[in-house]
Amino acid sequence: MTTFRISRRRLMQAAAIVPILGAPAIVRRANAQSSFDWKRYAGEKIDVALTKTPRNDYFQSVEHEFTELTGIEVSSEQIPEQQARQKQVIEFASGSPTFDVTNISLAVMKRLAGKGQWLEDLRPMLDDPEQTAPDFDFADISRGGVAFSTQADGRMDTLPCSLDYFLLYYNKELFEQAGVEFPTSMDDIVQVAAKLTKPENNVYGFVSRGLKNANVPVWMNLLFGQDIDALDAGGKLMTDTDEAIWAANLYRTLNKDYAPPGTIGFNWSECQTTFTQGYAAMWLDSTAWARAMEDPAKSRIAGKVGYGVMPAGPKASASAIFAEGIGIARGSKKKGPAWLYLQWYLNKKNQSMLVQTGAGSSARISPFKDPAVIENSPLPRAYFDMLVKSIDIGRPGLPDIIPVTEFRDTFGVALTNMIGGAEAAPELKAATEAFRPILEKSEKA
Amino acid sequence: MTAVSPAAGLVESDEPQAESPDFKRNYWVFAVPATVVILAVIVFPWLFTVYMSFHIWEIGGGTTFVWLDNYRQLFADQRFHEALVHTLVFTLLATLIPIVLGTLAALVFHREFRGRGILRTIFVMPMMATPVAIALVWTMMFHPQLGVLNYLLSQVGIPPQAWVYSPSTVIPTLVLVEVWQWTPLVMLIVLGGLAGLPREPYESALIDGANSFQMFVHITFPLLWPFILVALIIRVIDALKVFDTIFVISSGGPGTASETINIFLYLQAFAYYNIGYASAVVVVFFAVIVAISLLMLHVRQKTKWNA
Repeated sequence: MTTFRISRRRLMQAAAIVPILGAPAIVRRANAQSSFDWKRYAGEKIDVALTKTPRNDYFQSVEHEFTELTGIEVSSEQIPEQQARQKQVIEFASGSPTFDVTNISLAVMKRLAGKGQWLEDLRPMLDDPEQTAPDFDFADISRGGVAFSTQADGRMDTLPCSLDYFLLYYNKELFEQAGVEFPTSMDDIVQVAAKLTKPENNVYGFVSRGLKNANVPVWMNLLFGQDIDALDAGGKLMTDTDEAIWAANLYRTLNKDYAPPGTIGFNWSECQTTFTQGYAAMWLDSTAWARAMEDPAKSRIAGKVGYGVMPAGPKASASAIFAEGIGIARGSKKKGPAWLYLQWYLNKKNQSMLVQTGAGSSARISPFKDPAVIENSPLPRAYFDMLVKSIDIGRPGLPDIIPVTEFRDTFGVALTNMIGGAEAAPELKAATEAFRPILEKSEKA
Repeated sequence: MTAVSPAAGLVESDEPQAESPDFKRNYWVFAVPATVVILAVIVFPWLFTVYMSFHIWEIGGGTTFVWLDNYRQLFADQRFHEALVHTLVFTLLATLIPIVLGTLAALVFHREFRGRGILRTIFVMPMMATPVAIALVWTMMFHPQLGVLNYLLSQVGIPPQAWVYSPSTVIPTLVLVEVWQWTPLVMLIVLGGLAGLPREPYESALIDGANSFQMFVHITFPLLWPFILVALIIRVIDALKVFDTIFVISSGGPGTASETINIFLYLQAFAYYNIGYASAVVVVFFAVIVAISLLMLHVRQKTKWNA
């Protein structure tokens, strides 16, 4: 009987051979990762319908890079947001849209798109390593953005492609002149605004949207300070609760007593003009407009702008987020090429360039932490510091319901009336009663 | 071979004769293209709109026949009532003011004076501009803090105004834009009327000792009235239809202070996607426009020169 003994030397030899035997498989896999077949749809052509934004100006300008990478021709168009929504509704309702890829406002169109199943569920493609480039890094996309773009039934029919956060812009020069500090709470905004309001100098402490519909996100962000949303988890309207009235009163005081005359009809553009010309000390709005702040050709306060994280409310810190999602039309016959376009649109390089050039915000997190991006950006480091903090406290700026526009119009009129002098409680009660049947009808449908 | 028919006294021929055209039976063919176009682009959309107005019409979903429910809801809708009032007030002001100013301008430009041609050209320029473009320019001018209008007012000691940023002044301000743009149209129509007026009545009036004012009241105005009426009809229809200027400048706000039927209709159809309800608005608004137009045409019939 022979005894087979494994010597220490043999064991070491075997240990050295095993990886060598396994190497081809590892190499094959590594090759697959490094040589993801971007050219598999070369020669095809896709139609892309985008909303008109500086972000999409950038993507149109570098579209040739996608064609060089994939061999796929892109026919893209940019349509102003309002008209784009109408086009999308009409084309999707027709059943055969003329575009393969489109982007939608998640705050306005998400539920409508989900209800009509207009867009392809992206999860199967995302989970398929054959179809998704290994360096796509889905985990780098903001969780808040992903949650925003995911439908209630779990379908992910868009990927978030842009995320904007509400913040409190402030004029550092006016603050220094008045010797006041950035507000530490939502209530404190009123105190600070009072100190900075000097009508005799045509300077006001605060400005925000007063125009019907456009004004609702401002109120919503204040409402989040009470740690509630417009609807509770059961879908019940919370818009006439004590918390909602508190937020509305805060909105009313700021806009009625410390904002410039005419704020009742201001959308973001009028607010931006007022703030960048130095007539308002604070502006509560979105990061989407930050680039114009630092452009000396458009702003008289370039270099003097502070970017404050939304001050905390009595019960929570929150920044209202607004997102755009990009998706593939379910009726498209070119879903493969379209999926490559989405991956290219959202790749790290493009998203970093977007932030670096100031052309738009990104749904990815990495660009905001990338020293090279920060260094080369026209925006100051304080902007990026604010963004990183806002990402942690972001929550969708509007309720996840189908009749979002009616919600905004109904409560927008109530808020406008408040700036005109009406009391918050009866206005909110009337608006809630007016909106409840619309909401119930939409949920039944 | 030919033969003579004794009864008719006509020469009968065996060769086939061309049939005389039957206008009643054959010429309808020529009306078919126009009829088809009218049916396709006017009658069908109109009937389909009426059909939709009897339904709850879900975008991307089904339809539910609700008979007159959309109309019942519409007549009970406070926002619709307000929009109707805004529309009528806007139309009234945006019609009468250009008529008065346009007529006065025509009387001025009808006279011979140095530089008349250049001034008349400058006067009609607003009419040539695109409404959306001028609306954007006016929006900038109305800005309460940075707009040039408040700056000009401040130069003459008048306090700044809220313009379109106040519910109480938004409609008059929108009318101001409309007057600025469309007074020249009225002027041109009335000027055309003035050019064609006969000289004899004026000569007779002069001989009778009438002064300028009397000649205007008793000769010029009655003779011009048919032209003014044409301008009035055009202005009423135009003012009822205005959408672009209001949408760009105020979007119907502040609140709903300048929301006209057109803005209300747009929101129902393209923002709220209540297609059935919006169709009911179209039907009712169409009826209002037809009623007003018929009334004005009736007045015009009664004021013809030869009536």
